[in-house]
Amino acid sequence: MSYSVEIKQLDLAFGAVKVLKNLDLNINEGEFLVLLGSSGCGKSTLLNCIAGLLEVTDGQIHIKGKNVTWEEPSERGIGMVFQSYALYPQMTVKGNLSFGLKNAKLPKDEIEKRVARAADILQIGPLLDRKPGALSGGQRQRVAIGRALVRDVDVFLFDEPLSNLDAKLRVDLRVELKRLHNQLKNTMIYVTHDQVEAMTLADRIAVMKGGAIMQLGSPDEIYNKPRNLYVADFIGSPSMNFLEGHLEGGSFKVDDMVMPMVGYEFAEPQTADRPAMIGIRPEHVVTGELVKNAPLQFTVEVDLVEPMGSDTLVYAKLGQHSFRIRMDGQAIVKAGQAIEIGVDPSRASLFDKKTEDRL
Amino acid sequence: MPDIALAGPSGPKPKKRFSRANIFLYGTLIMVSMYYLLPLYVMVVTSLKGMPEIRMGNVFGPPLEITFEPWVKAWSEACTGVNCDGLSRGFWNSVQILIPSVILSISIASVNGYALSHWKFKGSEVFFTILILGAFIPYQTMIYPIVILLREVGLMGDLGGLVLVHTIFGMPILTLLFRNYFASIPEELFKAARVDGAGFWRIYFQIMLPMALPIFVVAIILQVTGIWNDFLFGVIYTKPATYPMTVQLNNIVNSVQGIKEYNVNMAATLLTGLVPLVIYFASGKLFVRGIAAGAVKG
Amino acid sequence: MSVVEDGTLKSPKRPMRLFRNPMAKLASIPMILTAVVVFMGGTLWTVVYSFTGSRLLPKLNWVGLDQYERLWDTPRWLISISNLALYGACSLVLTLTIGFFLAALLDRKIRFESAFRTIFLYPFALSFVVTGIAWQWILNPDFGMESLVQGWGWESFRFDPLNDPDTVMFGLLIAGIWQGSGLIMCIMLAGLRGIDEDIWKAARVDGIGTVKTYIRIIIPMMRPVFVTALVLIASGIIKLYDLVVAQTNGGPGISSEVPAKYVIEYMFRAQNLGQGFAASTMMLVSVIIILIPWAYLEFGGKKNA
Repeated sequence: MSYSVEIKQLDLAFGAVKVLKNLDLNINEGEFLVLLGSSGCGKSTLLNCIAGLLEVTDGQIHIKGKNVTWEEPSERGIGMVFQSYALYPQMTVKGNLSFGLKNAKLPKDEIEKRVARAADILQIGPLLDRKPGALSGGQRQRVAIGRALVRDVDVFLFDEPLSNLDAKLRVDLRVELKRLHNQLKNTMIYVTHDQVEAMTLADRIAVMKGGAIMQLGSPDEIYNKPRNLYVADFIGSPSMNFLEGHLEGGSFKVDDMVMPMVGYEFAEPQTADRPAMIGIRPEHVVTGELVKNAPLQFTVEVDLVEPMGSDTLVYAKLGQHSFRIRMDGQAIVKAGQAIEIGVDPSRASLFDKKTEDRL
Repeated sequence: MPDIALAGPSGPKPKKRFSRANIFLYGTLIMVSMYYLLPLYVMVVTSLKGMPEIRMGNVFGPPLEITFEPWVKAWSEACTGVNCDGLSRGFWNSVQILIPSVILSISIASVNGYALSHWKFKGSEVFFTILILGAFIPYQTMIYPIVILLREVGLMGDLGGLVLVHTIFGMPILTLLFRNYFASIPEELFKAARVDGAGFWRIYFQIMLPMALPIFVVAIILQVTGIWNDFLFGVIYTKPATYPMTVQLNNIVNSVQGIKEYNVNMAATLLTGLVPLVIYFASGKLFVRGIAAGAVKG
Repeated sequence: MSVVEDGTLKSPKRPMRLFRNPMAKLASIPMILTAVVVFMGGTLWTVVYSFTGSRLLPKLNWVGLDQYERLWDTPRWLISISNLALYGACSLVLTLTIGFFLAALLDRKIRFESAFRTIFLYPFALSFVVTGIAWQWILNPDFGMESLVQGWGWESFRFDPLNDPDTVMFGLLIAGIWQGSGLIMCIMLAGLRGIDEDIWKAARVDGIGTVKTYIRIIIPMMRPVFVTALVLIASGIIKLYDLVVAQTNGGPGISSEVPAKYVIEYMFRAQNLGQGFAASTMMLVSVIIILIPWAYLEFGGKKNA
């Protein structure tokens, strides 16, 4: 199987500070890969290394089977879209699109052809003679993508391209970007800190922390089978409930509660007893009529209610532990009220207390 | 960089138009303004009087009979030593020093500032720090070694030598000015240009330069006034035939021989101050920005 | 550890550091030469030759500290130093006070603000030579201020600072402040404009008077601006030369001599290079003495915080 981008044991250090640590990552042909993480996790740094805008300390980067570790950015067959779009303010849209092609000394008619094609795909034909200052946020975004598009590259790199936009436009452009990927079928590497963007766009997500990849997998795997405590906590909003206790003979015990982990897929069939943590997503907790079908049932006391329209977030007390529950928007609960909840252990996650890895 | 022109006053507003506080406020401002305007006024009226009138009256009175003869004399007849062709010689010398100095110093400093902000290399910050520290070293400790250097390259006493000196001593402040400006241009723009295959010079000329026009104007204002007003380097690195205007003015006014013609002296002084004054009044806010930029440290 | 096709993971094609971005380095050569050769090299050269007996031409005939001993025995140098100290102290205090005072006045939402600002700043556009000559004329006892007041009937009025050794420095000071205070006003005004307007509202709500607000709240907040102004004024003081040459030429006698002038005279007129080098080295030392505490306060303090 040939990879579009291969990253081999990549190291990057600024002085004594190691920003990327022995990082390996293979990206498939035509794949949409999202690098996800909070700020400072090294995701943008990794993208800049792939682009050739940062000099790596050690390791190699291959694009389309060619070692490009020391190539100039323009020689790597990549196009890049930046957070601020980085359109050249003094040039027209057309000038922006053709700048790279002129630098590559392409013939004039070829430049015209490519610009026209990109303008057609992105529907920015009428804007070609305008300056970036006269464009809306969404239009600038499209021009920025067009600049990568005209260069006919193998790999598109996106550095948080939607985070400068307002919420509504962001959703629209997200959909458009997905459509574009379906149409072009290029390899795309996309950096974001927004998990919704990551979940909706990605074929695979790489969750990063401290210059290393915590988990690489499909959005479904990342959400349902987080490989460690960090990923479990990072993904999902509101975030997962964690309870600290012990794993004993296939049951999770916390205080005087016993939760038999019926239907839970352990990573190893015979998992020894040990201190552990259970993670339960607020949206996986059932209430009302559904409780009686759930394998585990508890009674909790409601502490605080946050109605959010589409659903209601309930902060409750499970024993001495605070516990978040996502309920239907129509549910009527009051602080102080005691309610029944149901939990399905097969949808929960168990983590080793010490290593924080999934059990 | 604080831009005075854009921000509004932040102090409290005086209440009534003719309150006591207001009278004190405007009274003080007008009094102080007189102190600042007085020399300019005195120079103008003196330069328009004839010598007999000056000997009779006081310096502050307006001219009874306006004459432009002192101006003509200052421009084309006033004597320095053996030469009696007026300040015009110094003026043209200054112009010949000014134009190449401004172009050379700004070209070099803008490229330096660009390299220091977007193309940092090992040691570049060290050299920059030395350069900035150099701005604090008294000129006197560097003057003689430069004399030797200029002699070595055969430019001592030549206008070209002075151009070089102005380029050297303008470098710290201009480099700082351009470095800070280019650093404020988003790095992503620079990265985008590199992905687009542009190199050092192409990015400078096609991306950075068109965006930096305001700071070039600030730098030009800074350099034109600075170089025109220079006296020290003019005295040391030129010879009488190539003296800039300030040096020649000083020689005309403070020469011990002959009768003092105060009206000619004042006309000559005004002529020398005219170039920076025109720049000042024409540039307005940009001048303020220039000196504010000069005051900001890296 | 897996080994990839082309050998080890340490890429053999890694280019030499020195030749990466060659253009950036090439373009920095003028800056590097200026910084290292002229600024560092030139200063070191002067310091080294200040220990020689160079006269018309620089020669490496070591004389130890002779030049410095002679320097501190020369009345002209001692006068220069005390003149500069007097001028410097007065100029520092007065320029800061006047600059801040004018800025505060201009910051009070007045009419014609830009006209006043233009008037206060225009002298800064003029050279010291022009400044010196203009004030020399105004302070001329026969035609200027003195004769004007005497003409009003006050026959015994005396105001002739430039011809009195005791007051000549104040004559220079009047001109120096006239030329330079506009700059400080501008910097102070920028500082005042940088202060959040809510501070004024809060002070008013708390019932603090205007003057008290300035002294207790605004000025402490403007510390960095004052430091900048201080450094600017100080570096201007040490350069004091053109103004003296144009306004008094060091006179009467040698009573308004300054160090910068002393250096130039010994280097280029008296043909006593070694003495000039020693004097300029002393200037450098005094700058370093002023700069070190400042640099420590500005940069050393931040590291600790």
